[in-house]
Amino acid sequence: MTDNISAVLYLVSSIFFILALRGLSSPDSARQGNVFGILGMVIAVGTTLALPSVLSYEVILAGIVIGGGIGTLIARKIEMTSLPQLVAGFHSLVGLAACFVAAAAFFRPEAYGIGTFLNINTGSLIEMSIGLAIGAITFTGSIIAFGKLQGLITGAPLTFPGQHALNAILGITLVAFVAWITVEQNESIFWSIFILSLIIGILIIVPIGGADMPVVISMLNSYSGWAACGIGFTLGNSLLIVTGALVGSSGAILSYIMCKGMNRSFFNVILGGFGGESETSGASTTGDKTIKPGSAEDAAFIMKNASSVIIVPGYGMAVAQAQHALREMGELLKADGVDVRYAIHPVAGRMPGHMNVLLAEANVPYEQVLELDEINRDFAQADVAFVIGANDVTNPAAKTDPSSPIYGMPILDVENAKTVLFIKRSMASGYAGVDNELFFRDNTMMLFSDAKSMCDEIVQALN
Amino acid sequence: MQTEGVDPLIFGVTVLVLACFVGYYVVWRVTPALHSPLMSVTNAISSVIIVGALIAAGPAEANFAQLMGFFAVVLASINIFGGFIVTQRMLSMFKKKR
Repeated sequence: MTDNISAVLYLVSSIFFILALRGLSSPDSARQGNVFGILGMVIAVGTTLALPSVLSYEVILAGIVIGGGIGTLIARKIEMTSLPQLVAGFHSLVGLAACFVAAAAFFRPEAYGIGTFLNINTGSLIEMSIGLAIGAITFTGSIIAFGKLQGLITGAPLTFPGQHALNAILGITLVAFVAWITVEQNESIFWSIFILSLIIGILIIVPIGGADMPVVISMLNSYSGWAACGIGFTLGNSLLIVTGALVGSSGAILSYIMCKGMNRSFFNVILGGFGGESETSGASTTGDKTIKPGSAEDAAFIMKNASSVIIVPGYGMAVAQAQHALREMGELLKADGVDVRYAIHPVAGRMPGHMNVLLAEANVPYEQVLELDEINRDFAQADVAFVIGANDVTNPAAKTDPSSPIYGMPILDVENAKTVLFIKRSMASGYAGVDNELFFRDNTMMLFSDAKSMCDEIVQALN
Repeated sequence: MQTEGVDPLIFGVTVLVLACFVGYYVVWRVTPALHSPLMSVTNAISSVIIVGALIAAGPAEANFAQLMGFFAVVLASINIFGGFIVTQRMLSMFKKKR
C-alpha cells in the first residue's frame, strides 16, 4: 500500500471519528455515532497493519486478543455507578500507552523515519518528549483519580505547605529536561522526563477533593487527547493529530462546563484544597433552629396529593444505588396522575452526565430528565421538590450569602416549590462544608434515612 | 498541493488547529444528557494511538522497542474494546417513553 492510499484511509477514519462525536447531539443518533466510531477504528488499525513495515502479525494479534479480552470483560461487568472510576482507569491506560509508544520511538526511531538511535531530529525529539510527559502525567493523575473515586485513597484534598512552589519547581525542571535532551540525546534524560512527569501527575491530583472529580476527569480526558496529539506529531500522522485534538477539545469543553456549574475558575479547582475541613463560614447559629422531620408515610401522602413533583438526584443517590427504587416511586406517582420530572444539576455526581446515565439505567425515559436551565423556572409551580442525595446544588446561600464558599454557583431553585422533601442521612453539612438553610424552612420536611431504603418505604406506603 | 519546502511541523500545526475548531463546534452540540457517553467514546477513540503502537510492534525482529510496542497494543486494545462497549451499553439505556 502506498503512503498516499494509507493517508487517504486515515482521513476517512478521522471523518468517522468526527461523525461519532456528532452523533451524540441527540440520543436517537448516538448509537449510530458509536458504530461510526468503531468503523473509524477498524479502518485505522487495518490501514496500519497493511503498512509494509508491519510484519509481526502473531505478536500484534496476541496483543489485540489479550487487550480486547480484558477490555470486553471489564466493560461488560462494570456497574453503572462505578462509571467514573472506569473512565479514570481507561484514561490512565491511554497515558501509559502513549509513554510506551514514545519509548519505542526513542529507542528505534528508524521505524518511524525520524532519525537513528541517539540521533533523532530535534523537532521530533521535542514532540516525543511532550507526548511522553503528557502521557505520564495522564497515567499517574488518572490512577490517583481512580483511587479517590473507588475509595482506595481518601477523597479529601491532600495539601501541604509549599505545595504550589514544589509543583512549579518540578514543572520548570521538566521543561529544562526537555530542552536538555535536544542538546544532548541520552537515555538517562529520557527516563528522567518520564519519572518527573509521573511525579507531577500524582502531585497535581492529590490536592483536589472528591466532589471536584467531574472537573478532574474531564481534564484528564483532555490530557489523554493531547498525549495522542504529541505522538501524532512525532509520527507525522494526521489521524493521531486530528483525533487527539478532538478528544483534547472535548475534555477541555467539559472541564469548562463543570467549572461554570460550580461558578469556579479552572485554576481555583486545579489549585485544589476546596471542601477540606468544614469551613467555619457565615453565621453558624444552627443551635436554636428547628427542623421538621417526617416519615415515609408522610412523604407518600404529600406526593400522592400533589399535581407535580420534581425529583432532584445527586451523588448520594448513586452511592445508595437508589435509582431503581426511585424510578419505581416515580412510576407509582405517575400512575396516580402526578406529573413527575427529574432536574439534573450540571455537577451532580462524579462525572459529567453521571445522573443521566443512572436514571437511564433505571429505565427513566429521557424526556422526563431535564437540565437546570430547562426546568429551573418550573419549581415555582411545582407542589413538591424531592431532593435525594443532593445538597449544595440546592443551597439558597449560593444566591443570598456573599460570604458563602459556594456563592455565585447556579443552583436548582427547589426552595420555590410548595413543599421540599429532603432525604438525608444526618444533619451533616454538604461537601462544601456549608449549612443549608433550606433544612430549617417551614415548607421543608427532612426524611432522615438512607436514600434507597427511604424510596423503598415510600413505594410501600404508596401501594 | 505544493507542500515542498513547508516544514512538516507547520503542516501538523495546520491540521491541529483546524481539528480543534471542528472539535469545538461538534462538542458544543453534544446534549448534556450524553456527556458520560461522550467521555467514554472519546476515551475509546483516543486509543487510536494504537497506530503508533502497531508500527513499533511491527518489525519482524524482537527488541526493546518491539516489546514497548506490544505493551502499548495491549493497553490501547483494552481501551478500544472497553470504551466502545461501555459506550454502547450506556447508549442502549437511553430510551423514549414506552
